[in-house]
Amino acid sequence: MKRLLAITASIVALASAPAIAQDMTLTNATVVTGDGSDPVQGGMVVIDNGRVVYAGPMDASRAVGTSMDAGGAWVTPGIFATVTTLGLWDVGAVSQSNDTRAGDSPFSAALDVAPIVNPNSQHILVHRAAGITRAATVTMPSASIFGGQGAIIDLDSDGNAVMRPRAFQVVDLGEGGARLSGGSRASAHALFRNALREAGSYGDAATIPGQSSQARDLSTGDDVPVDPRLSGEEAERAGDTLLTRFDAAALVPVVRGEQKLYVMVERAADIRAVLALKNDFPRLDMVLVGASEGWLVANEIAAAGLPVIADALDDLPTGFDQLAATQSNIGRMKQAGVTVAINAATLEDPRRLPQVAGNLVALAKMPGAAGLSWGEAFASISSIPAAISGMGGRAGVLANGALGDLVVWDGDPLEAGSVPTRVFIGGVEQPLGNHQSRLRDRYRDLDESDLPKAYDW
Amino acid sequence: MRINAWIAAASALALGACATTGSADTAGGDDDKRFAAKTESDGPFPSTYRAYPGTPTALVGATVFDGAGNRIDNGTVLLRDGKIVATGGSDLSTAGYTVIDGTGKYVTPGIIDIHSHLGDYPTPSVDAHSDGNEATAPTTPDVWAEHSVWPQDPGFSRALANGGITALQILPGSANLMGGRSVTLKNVPSRTVQGMKFPGAPYGFKMACGENPKRVYGGRGRKPSTRMGNFAVNRQTWYDAIDYANNEKRKRDLGNETLMGVLEGDILVHNHCYRADEMALVMDMAKEVGYKVTAFHHAVEAYKIGDLLRENDVCSAIWADWYGFKMEAYDAIQENAAFLQREGACVVIHSDSENDIQRLNQEAAKAQAAGRRSGIEIDDATVIGWITLNAAKAMGIDAMTGSLQAGKMADVVLWNGDPLSTYSRPEKVWIDGALMYDAMDRKRRPVSDFELGQPGEGDVK
Repeated sequence: MKRLLAITASIVALASAPAIAQDMTLTNATVVTGDGSDPVQGGMVVIDNGRVVYAGPMDASRAVGTSMDAGGAWVTPGIFATVTTLGLWDVGAVSQSNDTRAGDSPFSAALDVAPIVNPNSQHILVHRAAGITRAATVTMPSASIFGGQGAIIDLDSDGNAVMRPRAFQVVDLGEGGARLSGGSRASAHALFRNALREAGSYGDAATIPGQSSQARDLSTGDDVPVDPRLSGEEAERAGDTLLTRFDAAALVPVVRGEQKLYVMVERAADIRAVLALKNDFPRLDMVLVGASEGWLVANEIAAAGLPVIADALDDLPTGFDQLAATQSNIGRMKQAGVTVAINAATLEDPRRLPQVAGNLVALAKMPGAAGLSWGEAFASISSIPAAISGMGGRAGVLANGALGDLVVWDGDPLEAGSVPTRVFIGGVEQPLGNHQSRLRDRYRDLDESDLPKAYDW
Repeated sequence: MRINAWIAAASALALGACATTGSADTAGGDDDKRFAAKTESDGPFPSTYRAYPGTPTALVGATVFDGAGNRIDNGTVLLRDGKIVATGGSDLSTAGYTVIDGTGKYVTPGIIDIHSHLGDYPTPSVDAHSDGNEATAPTTPDVWAEHSVWPQDPGFSRALANGGITALQILPGSANLMGGRSVTLKNVPSRTVQGMKFPGAPYGFKMACGENPKRVYGGRGRKPSTRMGNFAVNRQTWYDAIDYANNEKRKRDLGNETLMGVLEGDILVHNHCYRADEMALVMDMAKEVGYKVTAFHHAVEAYKIGDLLRENDVCSAIWADWYGFKMEAYDAIQENAAFLQREGACVVIHSDSENDIQRLNQEAAKAQAAGRRSGIEIDDATVIGWITLNAAKAMGIDAMTGSLQAGKMADVVLWNGDPLSTYSRPEKVWIDGALMYDAMDRKRRPVSDFELGQPGEGDVK
């Protein structure tokens, strides 16, 4: 019973504890900086005022705040998960609890997850405990080829998840887009081009507050102005339009290159068609998502300079758009000079990102296969997705000036069995409890000799 | 042509001399011409699997997990004529064997997936390939999964090369309360499903609890639309099957033949069921009717009733970390396997996925680690048993495979490192002593008909 009381007390304490960033120095750690380099044994990380000020070999002169001996444990930047639906659903098959798709909505590109992310979602709690500290979250294309505008979120416990609203737009120009646009890729491309035309002629009234490719940090709350595109009196538009006014307005910053466009595409030929869009719309700031056949056109992707959020372990021809799928896809694209992050969207859940990255390390040993080094593999779930998400140097890395997102692990983080023992976000230590951990605590035994299990909490 | 009640009589005689050739033989020697299909006991659609040639092989120097819970450091495993000849230490003589140095590597029995839909939901995952659920009636005990299996599914090769899978059970889906018969396959490519059927494996019978059947049929305004409806339909179907089995003048009925096989204990029940309370009800239904549940599949809440499952001798075939995708999966925890092991209940790690079947070893490792964090230490050799011998037991093939015991089929994986690490991969896989995959030989890798002439043919995948 003492144990139970202690657990209860700690939960109460965590719930009421003020979220204060703690200046600290973590010593004797196996430090992973997340930039692709190899881990540093006996390393040190210093967090000052919520930011990383040092990560590297021991240097006592850099220490500030509370000193903690990591006992040799692995210490990494927080994992950056993209693309996800974290905070948008509770139970997948319970439609009332699931905001990830709006197939019956009159809107598509205008959909904006910023007001609807639920920071108390169990998935945010579970993934925080798995070492994911920041993520991109977005609704998936359902009513149209456009999925809507995704946000960059943090997974901390302060109740404010959205760091950067409307960070990117999503469009499906593959097999899925073909189905959504009326039954053919030709229709998807026509619809896409028309949408950009309508957005291009929309006018200067459409700017996103606080948005540019160098966006500043935002938090939700009173300091975020209402998106002016979603207000105003001028409801009338020209006759030759397909998009609703809101959808057209939402695409204006895409056409201007002020908002990234995540293009879901798998087949080599479809990727080429996306690369060619740059000829007609030179300002598009595109990211390829999926790209199962990316390795077949890796040189062209590299030449175009498009980053890829790629499916890592897909190796089956699940559709005719990914006949050439292989687990070597990411390794081969990397060898060709493509910037590649691991896509969380096709995983069972995003907490598998480290396991998947570990599998790419394993591939590097296999004849004929292409994998990643350990450092590269970790970067593909930390600094690279952060950089693609517009947070280069600030998230996914332990480097001077980066956000104080720090994870201490109970083993090699890319081993499937490893989990964090401590998670800091913005320098604040995070609670790691959730529905699953509470069930685990209750069912450590099946003893009901005194009272039913319902009283064990 | 006359199809008549004689068929039933003929089936009763099936073990006799007659009705042994052709699929619709004329039976009997009377002047009357009579027709009779082959019967259950004739074994229709018989396995034509044959082991491919192998070389007597000695694996030496590796760490051996034998599947039965034992670990042998610097072990030796001898394969000859398709069988395990011996598994032991470095003192075993390797004279007459081709020796493969496994220093720094690991040897396990072939990995077995008790829950797969390869072939009946093959890739490409197009509608034309959707052959896993006969979702036209809530009980379809008459369908057999083997009649849906497309042997050219590229997924079989990925399971072999990346997952070391040597045997797997293909189940019908879970739309129906009674989904039909499963089939157990050797993971050896064949032009026909018969060429993959595991010789001597018993049939399984797929049942499903909970949300899926009530959603599928309730959504069509028919029974069952509730969990109580699920049980009502199940129980009445069993009562009817008992009447059928007791009726000596019964007319042949495919569905009831399968149910009778379950009642007789020849066909093993594999019951898709998530919630603890529902599993407890199913175990009582089985007692009421007189059959045995061999394994609950998915069983995300099994950890809540590990004691009951142990007492009823029912295995739980589970994932390591799937959760939250449906209401009945809301209480899934990663400690499920470890908590079951703590209670002495039977654990099997399964995939239900064309992707996870390629990494059952890693899924097992995750479940093991979750246990360790909770203070439940389960040794590596036992954990390997979750994906080998325990699966084989629950599939009724443990006398033939699932461990490296002498005399069993030589279904063996040589891993290039610890199989419970993400950094390890199968290097060689033998099935019945034949080398069916070799990472070091690009031609020793199956490529399905579908993949020929397509981008990536023969790639490492």
